[in-house]
Amino acid sequence: MSISRKAALAGVYEHPLRWAPHKTQYQIMAESARGALDDAGLSIKDVSGLFTSGVGGMGIIALAEHLNLNPDFLDSNSIGGSSFVSHTAHAAAAIAAGYCDVALILYGSKWSSDRFAVGTGGGGSGDPPEQFEGCYGPTTVGDYALAAQRHMYEFGTTSEQLAEIAVTTRKHASLNPQAKFRDLISVDDVLASREVSSPLHLLDCCMISDGGGALVVTSAERARDLKKKPVYLLSAAEACTHTSAGRRDITDAAAKQSGPKAMERAGVSHSDFDMAMIYDSFTITVCITLESLGFCQKGEGGAYVQNGRIGLGGELPINTDGGGLSSNHPGMRGIFLVIEAVKQLRGECGERQVKDCALAFCHGTGGTLGLRHSGASLVLGV
Amino acid sequence: MADEKKKSNRPVPRVDEESRPFWEACARHELYVQKCRTCGTVFYYPRAFCPEDLSPDFEWLRCSGRGSVYTFTITRQNQSAGFRNKVPYVMAYVELEEGVRMLTNIVDCDPESVTIGMPVEVTFEDVTPEVSVPLFKPAAA
Repeated sequence: MSISRKAALAGVYEHPLRWAPHKTQYQIMAESARGALDDAGLSIKDVSGLFTSGVGGMGIIALAEHLNLNPDFLDSNSIGGSSFVSHTAHAAAAIAAGYCDVALILYGSKWSSDRFAVGTGGGGSGDPPEQFEGCYGPTTVGDYALAAQRHMYEFGTTSEQLAEIAVTTRKHASLNPQAKFRDLISVDDVLASREVSSPLHLLDCCMISDGGGALVVTSAERARDLKKKPVYLLSAAEACTHTSAGRRDITDAAAKQSGPKAMERAGVSHSDFDMAMIYDSFTITVCITLESLGFCQKGEGGAYVQNGRIGLGGELPINTDGGGLSSNHPGMRGIFLVIEAVKQLRGECGERQVKDCALAFCHGTGGTLGLRHSGASLVLGV
Repeated sequence: MADEKKKSNRPVPRVDEESRPFWEACARHELYVQKCRTCGTVFYYPRAFCPEDLSPDFEWLRCSGRGSVYTFTITRQNQSAGFRNKVPYVMAYVELEEGVRMLTNIVDCDPESVTIGMPVEVTFEDVTPEVSVPLFKPAAA
């Protein structure tokens, strides 16, 4: 059974705050829910499916209680930053199967005001595989840096090439009034920023902000009667990769498994996309993900992102909102990939609008490139 | 002060039913990986079955202790207790002569001198009287 065009994104909302010490996590989620339901022209009483991540093991039940919801379908799949991309696909499948009618996907986080050192804190040391990692001082930045160093060694990728990703993304953020960092930067600025874990500099890393967002997914049929132009889910695929018992090629991402499947299921290919949202926890994440998805050959990511190719007006504009590098990153960014893609497909992006945007690719990465991570790919279209 | 710095304050790996033989060997300053007797796969990290075919029939393979740096990073910032005072330190994957890669630290050298492909050999740090962790240092010429 194909789920192509069976479900649509009917409402989206990105919480405007990047610093919210005066709010609770659930409050950010409730405000985001209100925003996305308003956007769709629906009410909280219409919701029959609830999806979230980042709320702990059984937190989704507490969240349902806080919102006074009794959903027919619950899913708190937690696969890192890509969770919400995965939720979008799961919601579409649940809707196609008749398990729920209106799915609400929620995210809220205060990792910045809670001072959670997600990038440079330590790892666990308990269950395998962590007992073979935590004693060596892995950090999120360090885990990604391992992949970057090997990529540079094997393919000659340079820090200047990776910096171009941060520079382009910042240019996009300068056109997004909600983005946290809007002042333009240069390649030299990136290289001059302090090294956090070699070869990654501070400006190769995403920020940690507070924030949240919400998505409303419903059947294509119902979406056509709602307030906004429906954005259809054409296909999806998921994957995960890990140390593979000691034999993994660290320069491959899970995207290599999910990306081609998603494209094949939608019956589209790389050159058909008008834009892409590529999870940018770090510049290297974008480089390796673009390669793994097949937008360029393996090893050519560094060259691919040069000369405006991934900028607005280029061959494949990516992360038009400014991404995690410049707009927001409350710890898990997947939901914002879908929100921005939907806004682009609706033509609501103002100064940063991609012209005639009809087909968008989203790819979320959750976890770390160096140890283990998930990948969730979505093809969205109008 | 110098003594204080030498004292290991790494997080202590939790030894469990699957990994006990590995950690017991490490405590004797010996490095082992596993080899499946059914399919021949050599694997790391240790577990109670072969991750290729789930066979419980495996042998412990004593490693030469030699390998080369597959990739590394010089970590300059880590807020966690065991590492706050260790920066800059080198985290790396070392490819063992037995063919598998393991996460580790490269020690006993200037972090800036570490390169991919560099020959290294195992050394052990005693974290507790019962638990020692395998680290690597530049191989003797």
